[in-house]
Amino acid sequence: MLRYTLKRALSLIISLAVASLVIFFVIEVAPGDPASYMLGINAQPDTIAALRTELGLDVSKTQRYLNWVGGMLHGDFGTSYTYRTPISEMVADRMWVSLPLAAFALVLSTVIAFPAGIYAASRRGKAGDVVLMGATQLGVAIPNFWFAMMMVLIFAINLRWFSAGGFPGWDEGFWLGIKSLTLPAISLALPQAAILARVMRSSLLDMLGEDFMRSARAKGLSRRQALWRHALRNALIPVLTIIGLQFSFLLAGGIIIEQVFFLPGLGRLVFQSISQRDLIVVESVVMLLVFSVIVVNFAVDLAYAAVDPRLRSRS
Amino acid sequence: MERTSAIVTALRSRNFVIGGALSLIFVFLALLSFIWTPYDVTTLDIAHKLQRPNLSHWFGTDHFGRDIFSMIMVGARTSIAVALLAVGMGMGLGIPLGLAAAASQGRWLDEFIMRGNDLIFAFPSLVIAILITAVFGASAVNAIVAIGIFNIPVFARVTRGAALSLWSREFILAARVAGKNTARISLEHILPNVANLLIVQGTIQFSLGILAEAGLSYVGLGAQPPTPSWGRMLADAQTMVSFAPHLALIPGMAIILTVLGLNLMGDGLRDLLDPRIRNARS
Amino acid sequence: MSNFKTKLAVASVAALISGLGVANAANSDLTLAMQLEPPHLDPTSAAAGAIDSVVYSNIFEGLTRFMADGSVVPGLAASWNISGDGLTYTFSLQDGVKFHDGTGMDASDVAFSLDRARAEESTNAQKALFAGIADVAVVDPLTVKITLSEPNGSFLFNLAWGDAVIVAPESIKNIKTNPVGTGAFTFVDWVQGDKIEIARNPDYWGEPAKLESATFKFISDPTAAFAAVMAEDVDAFAGFPAPENLPQFAADPRFQVIVGSTEGETILSTNNKMPPLDNVKVRQAIAHAIDRQAIIDGAMFGLGTPIGTHFAPHNPAYVDLTGNSNYDPAKAKALLAEAGFADGFTTTLKLPPPSYARRGGEIIAAQLRAVGIKTEISNLEWAQWLEQVFRGKDFGLTIVSHTEPMDIGIYARPEYYFQYDNPDFQALMKTLNATTDAGERTKLLQKAQTIISEDYVNGYLFELAYPTVANAKIVGLWENAPTQANDLTAVYWKD
Repeated sequence: MLRYTLKRALSLIISLAVASLVIFFVIEVAPGDPASYMLGINAQPDTIAALRTELGLDVSKTQRYLNWVGGMLHGDFGTSYTYRTPISEMVADRMWVSLPLAAFALVLSTVIAFPAGIYAASRRGKAGDVVLMGATQLGVAIPNFWFAMMMVLIFAINLRWFSAGGFPGWDEGFWLGIKSLTLPAISLALPQAAILARVMRSSLLDMLGEDFMRSARAKGLSRRQALWRHALRNALIPVLTIIGLQFSFLLAGGIIIEQVFFLPGLGRLVFQSISQRDLIVVESVVMLLVFSVIVVNFAVDLAYAAVDPRLRSRS
Repeated sequence: MERTSAIVTALRSRNFVIGGALSLIFVFLALLSFIWTPYDVTTLDIAHKLQRPNLSHWFGTDHFGRDIFSMIMVGARTSIAVALLAVGMGMGLGIPLGLAAAASQGRWLDEFIMRGNDLIFAFPSLVIAILITAVFGASAVNAIVAIGIFNIPVFARVTRGAALSLWSREFILAARVAGKNTARISLEHILPNVANLLIVQGTIQFSLGILAEAGLSYVGLGAQPPTPSWGRMLADAQTMVSFAPHLALIPGMAIILTVLGLNLMGDGLRDLLDPRIRNARS
Repeated sequence: MSNFKTKLAVASVAALISGLGVANAANSDLTLAMQLEPPHLDPTSAAAGAIDSVVYSNIFEGLTRFMADGSVVPGLAASWNISGDGLTYTFSLQDGVKFHDGTGMDASDVAFSLDRARAEESTNAQKALFAGIADVAVVDPLTVKITLSEPNGSFLFNLAWGDAVIVAPESIKNIKTNPVGTGAFTFVDWVQGDKIEIARNPDYWGEPAKLESATFKFISDPTAAFAAVMAEDVDAFAGFPAPENLPQFAADPRFQVIVGSTEGETILSTNNKMPPLDNVKVRQAIAHAIDRQAIIDGAMFGLGTPIGTHFAPHNPAYVDLTGNSNYDPAKAKALLAEAGFADGFTTTLKLPPPSYARRGGEIIAAQLRAVGIKTEISNLEWAQWLEQVFRGKDFGLTIVSHTEPMDIGIYARPEYYFQYDNPDFQALMKTLNATTDAGERTKLLQKAQTIISEDYVNGYLFELAYPTVANAKIVGLWENAPTQANDLTAVYWKD
């Protein structure tokens, strides 16, 4: 186990190093200069040069890369060119919108998908199954930004049940915050719920075909009892894996939804920073997202290996 | 004899028939648009803008007075072409990588390829797409690349997974004994046996590609005007949905139906081609 | 009985008072939305108009200031004297002006602010405004003497820009996140990505603001903007981004729609050095191929005033030269044939993000195609546009709105991105700058407008309109946008 852990840790470090190189140099070749963006079309060349010096953009790329990586190792993500505030503060602020949104969407999709998947599996081939699976097909096919547009039109503009967007901040009250995240969370959750319901159903059906289920049935349990007592627990493993994947997707994948509902989240920060060429923000946020996914994968791999020794010996 | 029975089985799958029909409609519209559309999609007719669906404009007109039905036809072409090429890119690079990884199972090449895959997966795809267009400019080609990159690890993984189990089979051992080298075995014996799985995966990725293209062109990163694309039609429509809902409903429906068709077809194909499931069913 | 009556009377008076109190509380706050969020809050070190939209006149003030109609009036300077040769300006400052941090504002702050803006290491985006200043001298705490190196007819106008506001030396370090000015509102809080809050300044030197507090909310997405106004999440939206939605607001009694003018000349900028666009006949052909009204109707849903030169139509010195470039596709084709391009040619059309450019670009591309000119459209972000078009001059055509007030002088700069190089025009601008007589200036300005119109330097499309949607009960919002500002000092709710 130790050897395996060390090996995986080494590849984790190499992955992170490669990721930081790729991120930095891909982003730095983007045409456009933050200083001239900020100073606009009447700026004189000497003014732009003065601002570049002020921002620390006049040193070589390699030097800036080293500064950036060195800073991150100390937990310093740098300072935004345009906002002139520490990136860690900006990210922390945005996280308070993006994380709850992703969590909310995940809870919603789980709450919808679990009963739907279980019901469909237990009614396999019957009308309920067919209707539900048809609905999930539709759910997967609907672009979430289109769905969001339609929901704003119906629930915010016509019915006025929800505000059209924006986020009042958690200080204004928990329920107000939840209310303003409801439509965005539903838009994000719908396709995820459809995928999750399908996975739930198929992994339950896989379990129903396994030997231990046959023996459970042979012991006289009804199909439904067998499903509840034995299949469900085992079917949860692939489902939880999917949920884990979805969470990181939801965190970064909310860009368009954050745009539609003008939420001050992480995705919109990245989008806006790219257009302002606030490259250091883009680099740091992307690195943070990549870092979280790689580390989660690492942890999952270790957990699997701890449970299943075969995995260790295989690689 | 066997072929006829395959077609009969295929037609017996409800999913495959409905999905195939839906997909074919859009493929047909896309192909037809090369030789004929009711109106020219590059000619503007501002005097007749924002018309509701009627007899001369079946789906109405947009804010420039262009015929929406014609735009849907040409837009189908854009969507299908971008998604198809992106899947092609993913297959073209991902399958050889997957085969190579499986052939060198557990050794450094395998490790290298699989860690590279994990790395690509770790990047937020939409952010990367935005970055690619920030570097190279927005165009259909760059949309293809942006979607295609994320297809590579998908195909590499599926290929490797399926190929791994084949390498321990007897007929592969026989081929090895016969003196065939790894590359030849991969091509002649492994690839044909994983093809079914790849076709199913390809259909799924194709439908995801259509969605991705719509998302990219919705945020302005796909095909550039005057080439119509469904995502940009939605983006153009969004400020007008409150008084001209058909501008958003029609391209939205086109996307949903195409993706739905492809997904159903993919499900049908999997039922037909994947022996595991067929066995499980019977 | 009488006791009961008294009680009742007291109760009703109390109810009335508390009722009024509630009404006042509800109506002394305003949430104003705008499309762009400022990158920071220092108007003297960035070009972003969004900064001025928040701070101009609300938080920061200059020696002079713009009024809603575009006129320039005294600000922190109560009055001034101009020497006979036009080289020396002596400003008398308002007495009793305090910065929001409690320190007094005097002549040394003025000297500091202007010297900072024109210093070598200055990061002022409009440094050229201060280029003519030779010296800023403090005469006494309430008197500043500014000496110019040559007469400048628009100096007082230049000082009214947001880039010329007076700042406190001790506040510079944190000015970007905590602006300290002299205005009628003080900065309270900024939730980045969402909103900025300001509150009435109780110690304001002039007439105090009517609102107790105000919130600027940033909504970049046009659909979200529409939804936010419709759902009354915001009280007003300045510079509403989607003109197609205005008729709906106008038809709704809850709202008022104010359409004002801007200083934004929207033009089809043409690379005057790139063949075949360097040929005046080709540029003239393009001018005649363009149907302005179709662009205004199609891209702006009718909002905008056609222009035939680079000048704001609401300015008294404006000359209507649209006749020079009337819509005449046949003439355009003939001109192209004359220039040797009977079969047309292909050029690039690079479009920045605003919808006037994106939509207008699609329409212009179709109109040019009709006379045989093919365009390759590429949609750019602003950063790319600045890099490729503005700095790299790598473009054939582009569409952009020049929103700086009185900016016809850019045609005298041959290195400017559209690269118009006409010595006569350059000489004319020199004369204009040295002229202070109003009548003479008007004549020179009109001549300048005619020259660029007849040289077909760029395709002149329309003057950008400035639509504001607001709750019907709000009074005092600026109708026009002579500079980018949302001056809230005179805004109030009527009952």
